[in-house]
Amino acid sequence: MRALKFAALAAAAALVGIGLASAAEAPPPPQKNWSFDGLFGTFDRAAVRRGHLVYKEVCAACHGVKLLAFRDLQRVGYSEGEVKAIAAQVEVQDGPNDQGEMFKRPGRPADRFPSPFANEQAARAANNGASPPDLSLMTKARKGGADYLHALLTGYGEPPKGMKAMEGLQYNKYFPGQQIAMPSPLNEGQVTFPDGTKATAEQMSLDVTTFLAFAAEPELEDRKRLGVKVLLFVIVLTGMLFAVKREIWSALH
Amino acid sequence: MAAVQWKNPVIKWIDYRLPIFTMVHHDLVDYPTPRNLNYWWNFGSLAGITLVIMVLTGIFLAMYYTPHVDYAFESVERIMRDVNYGWLIRYLHMNGGSMFFLAVYIHVFRGLYFGSYKAPRELLWIIGVFILLAMMATAFMGYVLPWGQMSFWAATVITNLFSAVPLVGEAIVRWLWGGFTVDNPTLNRFYALHFLLPFVILGLVGLHMWALHVHKSNNPLGIDIKSPSDTIPFHPYYTAKDMYGLGIFMTVYLFFVFFAPNFFGEPDNYIKANSLVTPAHIVPEWYLLPYYAILRAITFDIWFIPAKLIGVIAMFASILILVLLPWLDRSPVRSARFRPLYKQFFWLFFVDCLILGWVGANPPDAMLMGKISLLVIGQLATLYYFAFFLVIVPLLGIFERPKPLPESISAAVLKPGAAE
Ligand code: HEC
Ligand code: HEM
Repeated sequence: MRALKFAALAAAAALVGIGLASAAEAPPPPQKNWSFDGLFGTFDRAAVRRGHLVYKEVCAACHGVKLLAFRDLQRVGYSEGEVKAIAAQVEVQDGPNDQGEMFKRPGRPADRFPSPFANEQAARAANNGASPPDLSLMTKARKGGADYLHALLTGYGEPPKGMKAMEGLQYNKYFPGQQIAMPSPLNEGQVTFPDGTKATAEQMSLDVTTFLAFAAEPELEDRKRLGVKVLLFVIVLTGMLFAVKREIWSALH
Repeated sequence: MAAVQWKNPVIKWIDYRLPIFTMVHHDLVDYPTPRNLNYWWNFGSLAGITLVIMVLTGIFLAMYYTPHVDYAFESVERIMRDVNYGWLIRYLHMNGGSMFFLAVYIHVFRGLYFGSYKAPRELLWIIGVFILLAMMATAFMGYVLPWGQMSFWAATVITNLFSAVPLVGEAIVRWLWGGFTVDNPTLNRFYALHFLLPFVILGLVGLHMWALHVHKSNNPLGIDIKSPSDTIPFHPYYTAKDMYGLGIFMTVYLFFVFFAPNFFGEPDNYIKANSLVTPAHIVPEWYLLPYYAILRAITFDIWFIPAKLIGVIAMFASILILVLLPWLDRSPVRSARFRPLYKQFFWLFFVDCLILGWVGANPPDAMLMGKISLLVIGQLATLYYFAFFLVIVPLLGIFERPKPLPESISAAVLKPGAAE
C-alpha cells in the first residue's frame, strides 16, 4: 500500500516537471544572480543609483514609473535632502488655487514619478502606434521577472535567416513573437556613471533592471527582513509545540 | 455528561443565564474524541483558522480598497506601497486563499479515503460540499477585485458560461454583468458579494460543527465509538496536536507570504485590466483548474445539446456529484484501510484530479511530447472522474470483499496489557 501511495505522489511530482512541446515560443531568459534574490536579498544600493540614472536618461523618454513616489527612494539609501532635490527637478500640475486656476509647482517627495505622455493616445502617436507600457510593476508583470527584463533589453540582434522584422519592428529573441516596437534602447557609453562604472549595454541593463525591481517591490527588503524573524519564530514555536504534544500524548501510549 | 461547576462568580452568573461556558467546555474540552485520529484530521481546524484569517485580513483590505474600475488596481497598489504593513495584509489574504483551498482539499480527500461521508454523517458531508461551493464563488469574485488582466478576463470567461443556458442565457449574462460587458457594476456587485459570502461560509461552518458534534468524528479505522475507552477528551490531547499542526501549516503559509508571495499568482494580474487586449492564456487560480479542464473537455454536441452547455453542466456536476456520494457508495465499511480495491481506485482518482489540474493549466491545443493531445488526456481524465463516482464506487459496494474490521478502536490501537 505504501508503494501505491508513493507511486501516486511520484506521479504528481512528475506531472509538475513535464514540459510541453510548444511551437516557436521565446526561449527562457538566462538566470542571473540578483542582489535582491534569496531569503536575505537586498537591493544593491550602487546598482539602484546607476539604474535610476539609466532610467532617467534613457527609458523616461518613453516609459513612466507612475506608481513610484520620490520618497520611496529613501528606502534604498537616498537621503531626505537628495530626495527633495530629485523631486524638485520635475514640474507637477496642481490646483485649482483660490482663483480656480491650475498651476505648476516643483515636485515634492510625496509626488510620483511623472509619465512622459499625457495619455495612451499621445504615447501611441509618438511611437509608431505602439504604446510603451508603464514600468512600475514590470518585474512582477512578466513571467521570468527580472531575468526576462534583462534578457529583453539585451536580446536585440539580427533575425535568423528567412525571418524579416516588419516595418517599424525590431527582432528581439526574448519578446513573445520575436518582434518588438521598442528600438534597442541601450548602447554602450550612452550614460556616464558618476561612480566610474563602465557603461556597457550589459551593465546598464543589469542596473536599470535592479532599479525597476525596486520600483515594483519597494517593500521587498522590509518583507524579507521581517520574514526571516517571523519564520525563525514560528519554527522555534513549532518545535516547542511538538515537544508539548509529545509530552501530553506520552501518557496515552 | 455531568454539568460543570463554575467557581468564578461572574462566570457562574453568566453561565446560569447563557450557558456559553458550559457549551465551550462540552464541545472543546471534555468533548470525547476517538483516540486514534491521525494528522489528516488536523485539516478541518486548519481550514477554520484560515477562514478567520481571511475574514480579518479581508476587513482591513476593505478599509483601503476602492471598488471602481478606474481606481481598483491603483488602490491595491496603494495598499502595497503606502499603507503601513499593507503589503503584509494583502499577501496574507492572497496566499491565505490558496492555503485555505489546500487545507480544504486535503480535508475532502481525507473524507473520501476514510469514508467519512457515510451514515450517519451524510448531512455533515453535504454541508461541506456547499461550503466548498461558497468558497469557490468567494475566491472567484475576490480574484476579480484587483482588476488586473486575469481578473477581468476570468470574470468575462466565467460569466459568459451562463450564456450556454438555452433561451435565456444571454439575458442572464447581461443581468449578471449589470450591463453589456464586465464593467463597473460587475465589479461593484462582486465586491458586495465577496464581502458577504465569507459570513455565509461562517454560518455553514457553524452547521458543519453542529452536525459533527452529534455523531462525533470518524476515525482512521472507520468503526463507531463503542465505549468510553475508545475516546480521549479533546483537551489537552487534540488541542495540543492541532496546535502543533498549526505551527507547521503557518510555517509553510508564512514562507510563501514573505518569500514567494506571488508564487500562486499570474504575472498578468499585475497589468491593469484592458478590455481591448486579451491575454494569451486565460487561466483561473490553481484551485479551480480541474473544473476548468472538465469544462473544456466537452467539445462535442450530444443530439441537440450544444457542447458548451454540456461542459458547463459537467463542471457543476463534478462538484454536486459529491452530494450523492453517500448513496452511491453502498459498502458498509467506511475506511479504505479495509477496502483493498477501493483504496487503489481512490489513489487513481487522486492522481486523476492532479492530471485534470495540470490539463487545466495548459492551453487545450498543447501536445504532450509532441504527440498526445492534452484535450484527449483531459477527456479521459474527465471520464475517469465521473466513472469513479457513477460506476466504480457503486460496483465496489457490491463486489468488493472488505477485510475483517477490528472489534473496537481501543482493541485495535492499545497494545495488549497496556494500562486503561
Ligand atoms: C523610444 C521609446 C522607448 C525607449 C527610450 C524605451 N522604450 Fe521600452 N518600449 C517602447 C515601446 C514602444 C514598447 C512597446 C513594445 C511593443 O509592444 O512591441 C516598449 C516596451 C517595453 C517593455 C515591455 C516589453 C514586454 O514584455 O511587453 C519593457 C520592459 C521596456 N520597454 C523597458 C524599457 C527600458 C528598461 C528602457 C530604458 C532602458 C526602455 N524600455 C526604453 C519604447 C521605448
Ligand atoms: C472565504 C474567505 C475568502 C477568500 C477565499 C478570499 C479570496 C480572495 C482572493 C483570491 C482575492 C484576490 C487576491 C489578489 O490577487 O489580490 C481577494 C481579494 C480581496 N478580498 Fe477576499 N477572500 C475571502 C474573504 C474576504 C473577506 C471576509 C473580506 C472582507 C470583509 C475580503 C476582502 C477582500 C478585498 C477588499 C480584496 C481586494 C484586495 C486585493 O486584491 O488584495 N475577503 N480575496
